[in-house]
Amino acid sequence: MAIIRFSNYPFFRNPWMDLEKMRREMDLLFQGMERERIGGHSTRIFPALNISEDSAHVYVRAEVPGVSGADLSIFAEGETLTIKGEKKIHSPDAASYHRQEIETGSFSKSITLPVKVNMNQVEAVIKNGILVVTFAKAEEAKPRQIKVNIA
Amino acid sequence: MSDKEMLIPNKQEATQNGEPTRPEKQFVPAVDIYETQMAVTVLAEMPGVDKDSVSVNIEDGAMTIRGQAQEAIPAGETALAQEYESGQYFRSFTLSETIAPEQIQASMADGILTLVMPKAAPISPQKIEVKEG
Repeated sequence: MAIIRFSNYPFFRNPWMDLEKMRREMDLLFQGMERERIGGHSTRIFPALNISEDSAHVYVRAEVPGVSGADLSIFAEGETLTIKGEKKIHSPDAASYHRQEIETGSFSKSITLPVKVNMNQVEAVIKNGILVVTFAKAEEAKPRQIKVNIA
Repeated sequence: MSDKEMLIPNKQEATQNGEPTRPEKQFVPAVDIYETQMAVTVLAEMPGVDKDSVSVNIEDGAMTIRGQAQEAIPAGETALAQEYESGQYFRSFTLSETIAPEQIQASMADGILTLVMPKAAPISPQKIEVKEG
């Protein structure tokens, strides 16, 4: 016997149900477009950041092509991480440009870390245009397994 | 230097021929192309691509750049916020006849691929005198 979820089959069928469902789907569609346009909930300030975690670390990765380690400064203060730098493209003076799509300039971006970290253990590595800042999580932010006792 | 804040460049997605076999996006890398008397230089922005996962092919007068970026969030980590995605980079250019394809030099640094394409020996314009017949 198939088990049917009770709420999916109301006893009194709403004649407008299909229309309401359609409206909901339209709303979702427009929300999706909005998200696409502004790039999610993020600010569009350079550089693009990805934040991730595992049980002991928090990682902040930034896409900074064309920026060398010497042109970057990273500040960690309280729970705020600031990435500052300058993106430059060197070209000979006598060059005539056919296309110039790569943007250059100076940038600065600050984020608040979502997890408590130990600011004394921060490491920053840049490789292939991706900056990785690794924080060690504070002791109290690490997951702790709670043992279940049998009474 | 402008005091305008730099914004995240929009990664333009490339239209793929056929369906991709891997669920990842294909981007068009932003390029700078400039020319000097000796060479044409192409810079392509491909963050996350190392020197071994980039390929440059020349076939039928067209140069194709491909790169595979490493994962934006490696396996084993949980994403908390994501502003950029990883995937492949793909762009193709037609080479002009003045470029010597066998002399193209490619290098990769800080996520930027640099292609220096020396021009073939310039053909000096020759004037042919028209004689009265």
